[in-house]
Order: sequence, then C-alpha cells, then structure tokens
Amino acid sequence: MIAELGQFALILAFATALYQTTVPLYGAWRGDQRLMAVAPPAAMLQVCLIAVAFGCLTWAYVTSDFSVENVYMNSHSDKPLIYKISGVWGNHEGSMVLWVLILAIFGSAVAIFGGNLPPSLKARVIAVQGSISVAFLLFILLTSNPFNRLDPAPIEGRGLNPILQDPALAMHPPLLYAGYVGLSIAFSFAVAALIEGKVDAAWARWVRPWTLAAWMLLTAGIMLGSWWAYYELGWGGWWFWDPVENASFMPWLVAAALLHSAIVVEKRNALKVWTILLAILAFSLSLLGTFLVRSGVLTSVHSFAVDPARGVFILGILCVFIGGALALYAWRAPVIKSGGLFAPISREGALVVNNLLLTASCAAVFIGTLYPLALESVTGEKISVGPPYFNLTFGPLILPLLLLVPLGPLLSWKRADIWAATQRLWAAAAIAVIVAIAAAAWQWRGPWLAPLGVALGVWLVAGAVVELAAKSNFRKAGAAVAWARVKGLPGAAWGMMLAHAGVGVFVIGVVAITAWKQEVVTVLKPGDSMQIGGRTVTFTGETPFTGPNYSAERGNFSITSSSGATADVWSEKRVFKPSNQPTTEVGIQTYLDGDVYVVIGDRAGDAGRTVRAYYHPLVWMLWLGSLLMFLGGFASIMDRRYRVGAPKKSTAGAAVQPAE
Amino acid sequence: MALSKKKKRGVLIGTGLGILGVAAGLVLYALSDTITFFYTPSDVVEKNVEPGTRMRLGGLVADGSVIRGQGKEVGFTVTDTSKDIKVSYVGILPDLFREGQGVIAEGTLEPGGSFRADTVLAKHDENYMPREVADALKAKGVWKDGQPMPMGGTTQ
Repeated sequence: MIAELGQFALILAFATALYQTTVPLYGAWRGDQRLMAVAPPAAMLQVCLIAVAFGCLTWAYVTSDFSVENVYMNSHSDKPLIYKISGVWGNHEGSMVLWVLILAIFGSAVAIFGGNLPPSLKARVIAVQGSISVAFLLFILLTSNPFNRLDPAPIEGRGLNPILQDPALAMHPPLLYAGYVGLSIAFSFAVAALIEGKVDAAWARWVRPWTLAAWMLLTAGIMLGSWWAYYELGWGGWWFWDPVENASFMPWLVAAALLHSAIVVEKRNALKVWTILLAILAFSLSLLGTFLVRSGVLTSVHSFAVDPARGVFILGILCVFIGGALALYAWRAPVIKSGGLFAPISREGALVVNNLLLTASCAAVFIGTLYPLALESVTGEKISVGPPYFNLTFGPLILPLLLLVPLGPLLSWKRADIWAATQRLWAAAAIAVIVAIAAAAWQWRGPWLAPLGVALGVWLVAGAVVELAAKSNFRKAGAAVAWARVKGLPGAAWGMMLAHAGVGVFVIGVVAITAWKQEVVTVLKPGDSMQIGGRTVTFTGETPFTGPNYSAERGNFSITSSSGATADVWSEKRVFKPSNQPTTEVGIQTYLDGDVYVVIGDRAGDAGRTVRAYYHPLVWMLWLGSLLMFLGGFASIMDRRYRVGAPKKSTAGAAVQPAE
Repeated sequence: MALSKKKKRGVLIGTGLGILGVAAGLVLYALSDTITFFYTPSDVVEKNVEPGTRMRLGGLVADGSVIRGQGKEVGFTVTDTSKDIKVSYVGILPDLFREGQGVIAEGTLEPGGSFRADTVLAKHDENYMPREVADALKAKGVWKDGQPMPMGGTTQ
C-alpha cells in the first residue's frame, strides 16, 4: 500500500512538473500575471509530492518490505538502521528519486526566496526548473521504477554491497547530488535570462549564491568520496582520475569558474554572455556526470548498479537540455548587451585568466574521460587513460592559475598597477621560499620538485594572509584599527581568503602525499615488527570478531613513535552476510606529520600474515584544505549584500539562504 | 596602458587562444604518450605485442592457477579460455580476487611471454565483471548476458 502511494505521488509530481513548466512559460510570454503566478505553488506542490514518494521508499527500506523489488535487491533485515536508510540511495532507482527530490527542493527554494525577483524572470526560472523535473520523473517512471512489487515476496533481502555500508558513503551521494543539482538553478537562470534577453547585476546577485551553494556541496561531496576511497579501498589512494571522479570534478571546475565570472557581472556589468555560457556548461557537465555514472558506459572503480539500457534515455535528456540550451544561447546571446570594457591588467583581466585556465583544465579532463569512449565506438580499440595523462595535462594548466591566485585579488578593477600589487606580495614570496628550503631539509630524499610544490601551497596561504593585511591596512593603521576593520570585512572577502588559503593547504597535502609516501609490504608473525615513517609497527596478534552482519578476523597492531608514545590500531578482514563478500578494514593512526596506515593481508605460512603498511604524510591537509574551501563558500553566501536589498535602481537583491 | 577598445579585445582573444593552444598541445602530446591499451591473452599472442609494452591484460583468473609464494609474491594465470598468460604480482590482491572471476592486471609484458603486473583490479561487487573482460568473453562466444559466468564463477 505504501509503495503504491509512493508510485502515485511520483505520477502526480510528474503531472505537476508538466503544469509548472508549461503554464508559467506561456504566461510570461503573454505577460499574464495570473498564469505566471501559478509557478511558485506548483513548485511547492511538486516538492511535497516527491518528498512523499521518497518517504514511502524510505519507509519500505526501514520496515524491510521485501515485496518491493528495490528493497529486496538492496537491503537486508540484519543491516543497521543507518544503512537501511542510506540503502535508499545506494542503488540506481532510489538515487534517481533522491536526485529529483533535490531538484524539486532547489526549485521550491526559488519559489520561497524569490519574492523580489521580477515576476517574469521568476516564472521562467521555475518553469525551466520544472522542465528538468519532467524529464527525470519520466525517466524514473518509465525505466527505473523503485516501487515495483515482487509476488510472492521474498523472506530476506540480498543486502547492500558491504563496501557501501559506511558512514561517509551514506552521506556522499546526497551531498554530491545536491551539488550537481544545485547547478540546475544557475542553468535555469541562464536559460530564463536568454529568453528574457536581459542580464544585469541583480541577475548575477541571484546566480552567484546559488552557484556558491552548489559548489560548496560539490566540494564536500567530492571530499567525502575521496576520504572514503582513502580509508576503504585499502591502499590509501584518495584520487584516481577515475571517470566517475572526473564526472564530479568537471562540474566543480566549471562552477568554480562561474562563481568567479559572476563577480564580474555583478560588479562591473561585463562578461555577461560568457557567464551565461558557463552556467549552461556547468549544469550540462552535471547531467553528463549523471549519464556517465548511471549508464554504465564507463569502466570505473566506483560505479555501482549500472544498466546500459537506461543510458539511452539519459543520453536523450542530455541532448535535449544541452543541445536546446546551447541552441537558445546561439540564437539569443547576441541580444544581450555587453558592457564595461577593461584593461588586460585589471581585476577583470585576472578573473578572465582564472576562467580560461579553469575551463581549459576542465576541457583536458573532459577529453581524457571521454576519449576512450569515442575511440572505442569508432575503432573498437580499448584503451584506458590514466593518471599520467591527467598529470601531464591538468598539472601544467592549473599550475599558472595557482601561481596567479594571490595576485588577482590585489589588482584593482578596470585598470591595475601590476607592480604595486606584486610589491605587496614580497612577504608571501619570502615565506614560501623559506618553507621550501625547510621542506627540502626535512625531506631531502624526495623528488626535487616537491619542496617547490610545498612552496606553491605556502604562497597561496601567505597570499591570502597578505590580502587580509592589505584590507585591514595593518601596517599603517596599527593593530586596533586593523582588528576593527578585519571584523567589519564583508563575508565575500572572508570567503575568498578562506577558499584561497584552502586551495593552498590542499596543494601542500597533495604534494606531500605524492612525493613522500612510503609503502612496506612484508610478512609478520605475532610479535614481529616493521619500520615505516620513522615509527615501529608491531603485529600483536589476531582475534576473531563478529559484527551485526559480518564476521571478521582482526589483526591488532601497536605503533611506537620515536618519542616512545604508542598507539593501538586494528585492521580487519570481514566477510558479510548474506553475500559472503569479503572486505578489508584498514587501521589508521593520524599524527601531525601524517597517517600510519596498516592493512592486514592473507595468511602466509604458519601464523604469519602478509601486512601492508603505508606512511601518508600530511594527508590531513587534504581534508582541511577542502573544509576551508567549503567554509569559504559558506562565508561568501552569508555576505550581507545577498540578503539585504540591492541598490534601489536594480529590481532585485533578495533573501538568499543556502537551500538545505 | 591606455589601449584602444580594439586592442583590449585583441589581448583578450589572444590570451584565450594562447591558453587554448597550450591546452590542445598538452592534450595531444599526452594522448600520444600515456594511454594504455587493453588486451586479452589472445590479443597478446595474435598481435605479437612487444615485450616491455605497458598495457592492461584482462580475462578470467584460471581455476587452480593461483600460487602464493613467499608471502608477498603471487602468481596466477589470466585466460580468455583459448589462450593463457602467466602473471606475477607482488603485493596484496584485492578482496574480490578469486579464481574463475574476471580480473584486469596492469603492467608490462616480459620477454618470456609472461606478464609482470604492478596493479591488479578486481571490482567492488561480487557480481561484477570488468566491462572490457565481459565484452572480450562475449566476442569469443564464451559468455552471454544473463548466463552464469563460465568456469564456475559464482554470480548469485
């Protein structure tokens, strides 16, 4: 009964979305206020209906209703409650319902917070948002119905893939989807603006916080996925340049470009046409990511629950939305008046360079991800494009961007004095050089490039601090005045500094873990020990262990630092019911200088075990760097100018809060 | 710095084209140099792949072929049911590495015709068959969609 209710709610939501798309668009075209006014209530009704459907599916999971095929395929009554709930989106059908739920939540957020948008723009944005719902609800209803029944109902379910039974992975898809789908708002605004033929500062003030919210969520989602891969896959890899990872990284790069170019639209009324294109591309890449992950066309270490037959449908959706939006762009973009010219050396110029480098590096990732597919469909030859390709292309393209990041914010709008800006950065450069020398002295055995990489990261962090000092006028005005000024800085300024410093911290982490990682594989008997990362790892013995839905052999280890401090960790080989699938849990001890990472392997000889240990230096900087970027986005969204009314002459300036 | 409108636009377009050109050059160079080809054991024999070539070898782990040596060293045979290639690997095999199951080994071909792997990929899911392996086996007519995997591999 509950499942039928869910199915019914999905069908009603589809009808509502259809209404939400057509009537307001027609109303906006005719200039009919009453027809335009149906958009917000329709968006609210749609989100409620999809929430009901999602709730029904969750209910079926929580109560282990195995008469629902989807629950039978992906759940088990012995599973802990949290994984029963996360099992809802641990499979294709459920994850698509989550996808449209988030889409509808964003649409309703425009309905709620869009009070002071011009009525026709608001109606059009909500209508475009509704049209995306129409396509994906139809996809769910026709190809991926989560509410299919089984008769007779099986007694027990088949269980969720145990590798997915993990707290970080329970949160990873909702965050990632929120990021993907959040970009739909920028897309809807771009398409609506193209229909209207008008882009102004108020438009940018709307698009930027939504892009920021999507970018933040994407950052958090990617970071959680990366963290999960780090501790779950058993060798501490945090990024593989795997197609599925690239699918989430490409929208991230373009969203980063978009949230920078939107600043130029807002402040200088320039780069409008380019910003619209970025908004379209960002969501197009989100759709592409959904297609790549959901269609099974790619070989990946991360894709679960794939079905090529559905790929054709998503490919159709992709063609309609991307093709349609780009065609509209080609037709209508010339109508949009461009404004504000600027000298090449200026804040605008710096942001253009930022955009060019971000999109170029995204294009390199795009080609590396899709080239094998294209080649195979043309010649039938199967190839894989791996990390060497991405290091060779993405690296050189992103490097100049990282070098220029501290300079950009110090340039003034319209026309800048590059020497004045570089002079302010002497201190940052000096700190970076000193740290590079210190890093070389500390880890002299690594590659010679590594200290330079660390210097680059320090340069970014120090550059952000210099920027703060410059804004507070610390040198001339003294500490008290400077502090008052720092406190009064707008959220956007804080956001920029946090995010840029976060990139720096992240870069240091990447360089350290890439250059100075250590790995030891050996056979240990209880009592034996090995050396790694300047510490001693001792195998203290094995104990059997039984969890709620698995049994395990647990290897216990004790790690002794040179200071004499010891820490105990364990690593398990688990076998899960009911599939008998084995997994490995690693033991990780985090120190200030990095992680010691111990993995138990197969039995070797009498009482011996193959044991693999890694030393991952400064890996916490990856997580801290991502967190700082996330917080930077948050600080920017909290900027008062997005909530308090805009200058009188512009029509909007609205109450914006991050959805979710 | 008082550039004319035309010159300003010129600098902008020039920078854009410059970055695009560098990106295109890098991509072309990287694609010619870093891609890895996928071969089945039959491909390796038929195409006379040069020893030392870096590649991905895909197929099934032959039944009874896994030899665990002194702890770290593991040997096994990858087969596509018509040709076999011996693989040696140092390290811990993935959790889902099993005899009779699909596997992809990345590494280089040795002069004697054996394969030295530095990475062994078996996937997350117990039902999983690497796509290239599945395609190769289908092409050989050994395996069809919906059938149990050949050689006693378990797919529940």
